[in-house]
Amino acid sequence: MSDPRLEIIGKRLEKVGRIIAVSSGKGGVGKSVVASTLALILKKEGHEVGLLDLDFTSPATHVILGIGDLYPEEEYGIIPPLAHGLRYMSITYYSLDKPAPLRGADVSDAIIEILAITRWGELDYLVLDMPPGIGDATLDVLRLVRGINFLVVTTPSRVAFQTVKKLLTLLDELGIPVMGVVENMVMEPSSPIREQVRQLGQHYLGAVSYDAGLEGALGDVEKIMDTAFADSVKVIAYEIEQRLKRPPT
Amino acid sequence: MHEWALAEGVVSTAVKIARAEGLSEITEVVVKIGELQQVVHDVLNFALEQLRKPMMKDARFVLETIPARLRCRVCGEEWRFSPEELSEEVSEAIHFVPEVAHVYIKCPGCGSPDFEVVEGRGVILASIKGVKNDE
Repeated sequence: MSDPRLEIIGKRLEKVGRIIAVSSGKGGVGKSVVASTLALILKKEGHEVGLLDLDFTSPATHVILGIGDLYPEEEYGIIPPLAHGLRYMSITYYSLDKPAPLRGADVSDAIIEILAITRWGELDYLVLDMPPGIGDATLDVLRLVRGINFLVVTTPSRVAFQTVKKLLTLLDELGIPVMGVVENMVMEPSSPIREQVRQLGQHYLGAVSYDAGLEGALGDVEKIMDTAFADSVKVIAYEIEQRLKRPPT
Repeated sequence: MHEWALAEGVVSTAVKIARAEGLSEITEVVVKIGELQQVVHDVLNFALEQLRKPMMKDARFVLETIPARLRCRVCGEEWRFSPEELSEEVSEAIHFVPEVAHVYIKCPGCGSPDFEVVEGRGVILASIKGVKNDE
């Protein structure tokens, strides 16, 4: 008895250059906004970029990007529609933004299904907006997606960073590449997170200052790209690109 | 899952199993299809015919539908999935991602969306038959 979906996931991703999983230890740290903005910046720099919202029970990227009336095209699978130049895939096409109360096993099945049916085509980058934590969805992505690179988002909060430490430890134990940690919503210039990330043997990618204007920009991509938040993510995106260009050590 | 994506997965999986089992030719592939996914058998058959590999050129594809049974985790009620009661839009959504059934279907006993699909959710390559390399 074999699940035929598992055989084609690798094929669906074979023309994707780099897969960046934007993850966090807990919710509410701005992971989805970082993921969405990072995807927009990479696109603006001339890359072909996809964005997959894997946070099935609390999807948010469609709100951040102001996705309107879009639906995937059906052709030997599913072709994600273009949203602001991004190949964009989300469960909200099918849940119609209604509550999707899914248990872990259902989340696993839905992830397998979407990875198996989605035809991304040629992409330079596929950004995954991961669900927070180290539960079923993260474990499934680690099991099913080869060549993944993690970008971990925290805030200066000790609570957020404690959960991030667990995620980083897990990724380290599994030998999964981590490009670095982004410290989001920084309000004090002397946050101890940079040093704590270094102590874990990980790379501190940068601080993103708390931007009071960001909330009002959500839903409007042009406004998002004009925020100080986006300027900070641009610096991080540049460093990510440089790190991904280097051969693995 | 879309029928073409499904057919692609069935063909790749059958070839992989055949190689692992030392088969030089596949003569039969049995696929069990959960009713929840509402796979159109004619489309799947057509896709399998188009995608079949040389080692399965004479293989028979047997498609079996497994009725979908749902059981409420809250009150224990068990019921049959009735696709005819769903709108076209909802049917299509469940066809592509069956888990969104939890968005649209509620327990007829207590109204909870917290049910399990006891049987008839996915698509499984149940068995293959073939000829061994040395036969």
